[in-house]
Amino acid sequence: MPERELTFAQAVREALAEEMRRDSSVCIFGEDVAEAGTPFKVLSGLVEEFGAERVLDTPISEAGFTGIGVGAAMTGLRPVVDIMFGDFLTLTMDQMVNQAAKAHYMSGGHWKVPMVLRTTLGATRRSAAQHSQSLHAWFSHVPGLKVVLPSTPYDAKGLLKTAIRDENPVVFFEDKMMYKLKGQVPADDYTIPLGVADVKREGDDITLVATSSMVQVALGAAVLLEKEGISAEVVDPRTTWPLDEKTILDSVKKTSRVIVMDEGYGRYGVAAELAAVIAEGAFYDLDAPVKRMGAMHVPIPFSPPLEDVTVPTEETVYKAAKEMCAKS
Amino acid sequence: MSTVTAKPEASREAASEKDKWLRAYRQMVRIRLFEEQVNELYTRALMPGLAHLYSGEEAVAVGICEALRIDDYITSTHRGHGHCLAKGASPDRMFAELLGKEAGYCRGKGGSMHIADPATGNLGANAIVGGSVGIATGAAFASKRLGNGRVAVCFFGEGALGQGSLYEVMNLAQLWKLPVIYVCENNLYNEYTHYSETTAGTILGRAAAFGIETAAADGQDVRAVNEVATRLVKRARAGEGPAFLQADTYRYSGHHVGDINREYYRSKTEEQRWKTDRDPIKLQSNWLIEQRYADAAALEQITMEARAEMEAAVKFAVTAPYPSVDQVDEDIYA
Ligand SMILES: Cc1ncc(C[n+]2csc(CCOP(=O)(O)OP(=O)(O)O)c2C)c(N)n1
Ligand SMILES: [Mg+2]
Repeated sequence: MPERELTFAQAVREALAEEMRRDSSVCIFGEDVAEAGTPFKVLSGLVEEFGAERVLDTPISEAGFTGIGVGAAMTGLRPVVDIMFGDFLTLTMDQMVNQAAKAHYMSGGHWKVPMVLRTTLGATRRSAAQHSQSLHAWFSHVPGLKVVLPSTPYDAKGLLKTAIRDENPVVFFEDKMMYKLKGQVPADDYTIPLGVADVKREGDDITLVATSSMVQVALGAAVLLEKEGISAEVVDPRTTWPLDEKTILDSVKKTSRVIVMDEGYGRYGVAAELAAVIAEGAFYDLDAPVKRMGAMHVPIPFSPPLEDVTVPTEETVYKAAKEMCAKS
Repeated sequence: MSTVTAKPEASREAASEKDKWLRAYRQMVRIRLFEEQVNELYTRALMPGLAHLYSGEEAVAVGICEALRIDDYITSTHRGHGHCLAKGASPDRMFAELLGKEAGYCRGKGGSMHIADPATGNLGANAIVGGSVGIATGAAFASKRLGNGRVAVCFFGEGALGQGSLYEVMNLAQLWKLPVIYVCENNLYNEYTHYSETTAGTILGRAAAFGIETAAADGQDVRAVNEVATRLVKRARAGEGPAFLQADTYRYSGHHVGDINREYYRSKTEEQRWKTDRDPIKLQSNWLIEQRYADAAALEQITMEARAEMEAAVKFAVTAPYPSVDQVDEDIYA
């Protein structure tokens, strides 16, 4: 099958279009998803192809339309609900956590909620504290939800198609800064299973476990490290739940050093969980303590020089990795 | 005797009327020129983030805030520059905030969508649609409990009518007779979608369902807005409870400065019609001249002064320093 370069945004759109052609129960709703194609223009062209019956603009009612997504998913549709900025997920929490996540279990397995909640994460757009958060840890915490964090156009298409076909509620996080990132994407119908990590770069001296926006940062740091003679392996879990512990542990056992990078807050966050998984599963193979790198534990500030120090960069990861490799 | 005293009183009243409406005019002009500078800063890539301009809606903020005391509270929105200025904020510190400078109202941490200023009762602009309905209602609750006579005004766009929490707090405000005024700035669009596609029933009907006092005003007419606001504020201060004001208005620019090609959701003709026929500043200037409260030269003088003020404020902000990086983890906890 021919591969073409697509942007991350185009890959997301293609996954949606393919699934909507394949399955008439797939529908999209959210704020400004139709003619506007979302403020990020990710959905441009879908209402033109699938019509206003399947691509619906909603009022600014996140709690309400997420709840409608849950109910519609229980009764025959496969809604893809759009939450423009990940920060607005706070408004959907009851529907996702108390309803969507629990309907299957509480009903003794009778009801299913095959819905996808698509949303964004990531800072550095100078959008200040209410438009810059990465809240995927909150959903990863809750049994019954699956959480997907694609980091390339290829992964975005394959993972989104799987998420739509999944019988469970899946929260799908897209890094706003990544929409223009280009990569090879097959034009055919492929899927990527949830719960399978991807080694984005092989190396021997240190493992960088990185999610979403941090994967590109890790790859950049790996290039800097290579110049110092340090060979870094970059492992992208791709989903925080289900979690491919084996691929992560195999890599760490091989390299014996690891930095875990995630744009959410490290404290009580995805990085904390990944660090715990590594400590439990590979403690005796480690030559250095596991290090977490994530958003600084502050609300994201607006001022550019302040915002810039709140997220890990190629430079800070490079320094931390170099130090870790020098120590042991 | 009565004829002797009546005359000076009447003219004193006329003088204060004249001052009042000239002041309202000046405030609207200041907001318009502030936003022109924002547009300029943004297009010259000097301003980070997003800029949501208030141009076209000036009569709402000014009409309302001119009916308030300095210690009354307001909450504002992502389109909040006009509310801040109308409540008394100074443009130099506002511009500094917009550029992320330490001299800004929030020490650069908030930016355009989060300006807050305790000195003028501004509880803060909010980037979550409907995010401040609870805060404003809570401020009214505290005012009532503390007996300080303050009123809280909650500004929001008609898009916030979609948020369920608005209905929860309106119910409480009416039950508890709180001195809060919900001001719905209906500029017809929730971002890129016409409000008729997102709003069932009527706007006022929603507040009326709770028995809340409702009113509508032409949001391009600063005197009309002010007249209604004065009545609602008086009621609220007197303990007669909350009110809901719908002000019909229009934003001249895109949803934000980068929203340039917008003909897919609204026509250029529609935009032009509002600008030529319904401009709040033009309408007020025509009226001031008609009343002989000012002539064209006097109004031009106001514009020139406001322009000079805004230019100086921008200069201050552009040259002001950024916060030092070690401030990044200050102010997380009180
Ligand atoms: C809870 C929430 N959902 C979505 C958004 C994104 N958003 C920002 S402004 C806006 C439209 C707001 O429309 P309206 O309330 O009418 O205000 P206007 O922009 O017209 O002044 C939307 C959807 C947001 N900031 N908060
Ligand atoms: Mg609006």
